Amino acid sequence: MTVALELDLQAFVLLRLGDRRFALAAKHIAELVAPSRIFRFPHRTPKVEGVILRRGRIIPVCDVGNILIGKGILARRFYLLAVRDYGFQKEWVAIPVTGECELINAEVTPASESDAAYVSGWLSHNGEVIEVLNMDALTPGPAPAPTRTPVPNLAESLP
Amino acid sequence: MPAAAGATPRAPRTEQIILFRVASQLFAISSASVQEVRSVDSLAGSSAELSAPGLRKVRHVVQRGDTAFFVVNGAVHFGLPPTPGTLVFVLRETRTALLVDGIDKMTAMTRLQATPNAFCHEERTWYRGLTALDQTVIPVVSPDGFLTPDEIILLDAAHAAQQAAASVAAQNALPSSETTQ
Repeated sequence: MTVALELDLQAFVLLRLGDRRFALAAKHIAELVAPSRIFRFPHRTPKVEGVILRRGRIIPVCDVGNILIGKGILARRFYLLAVRDYGFQKEWVAIPVTGECELINAEVTPASESDAAYVSGWLSHNGEVIEVLNMDALTPGPAPAPTRTPVPNLAESLP
Repeated sequence: MPAAAGATPRAPRTEQIILFRVASQLFAISSASVQEVRSVDSLAGSSAELSAPGLRKVRHVVQRGDTAFFVVNGAVHFGLPPTPGTLVFVLRETRTALLVDGIDKMTAMTRLQATPNAFCHEERTWYRGLTALDQTVIPVVSPDGFLTPDEIILLDAAHAAQQAAASVAAQNALPSSETTQ
């Protein structure tokens, strides 16, 4: 019985936004980094603030505070670099967080139809019920086109 | 295993770019895309005002040889605070001339990263990608991204109508030989 329960546990990273905590599957987390300079340039995508440069890699910064807690994240402690799946490729997205992050193992309850699209499930931790976030619904990206043939990586490098 | 005699490490391929400013924002464009750089003043004789409904970013057309280039105000195009603009880039293989505030410098980039997919609106046509230079990220503009084919059709129609009106006005202004006799 104990073995079966342990097999259902999954690893999650708890992140703090203001007074609330949310969870992301640990397999979707690449790194937790200190805030660095955001480079801004003109664009029309809401929720994307700009980009950060991390070891030569250009990573978009998505402030999800307005969606999750009703206000933007101003006091940033870290950027959580999460993996966003675009179907044809995976890319990193930086999510500003306001406090320490914690790695836990927990059992997840799948989301119901009444939950927001960005909620993929729920978990319980230290008496707190926490939303497990679906990065693909939470952060912007092109509309999914499931029948499309895979698009090659657009990265245009000049070797 | 030792390297073969005479083998030299291949230098990274680079692309020459022009860094330019529009409303204090830095952009890059491939220098191969720029046919001509002119000051606004030097184009005064070959440009004409143009007004196309719903297309606020184009206010002038400039004739270079047989081709009319539509002058796109970079600040309006990118939604930046309006600036007068001092230089015009005539862009190769397009119908666009780009009005900018000034050139920062010419340099070379060794890597162009695709615009991250999180950027999913008009900017995907504006930029070829992003490049990191001196620990700064700079968007590299796409010469084709300033005017859509539909916008060019609209501008061509407005330009043709304007030229036709000017031609009629010129004919009306000519003294008629029959009436003067």
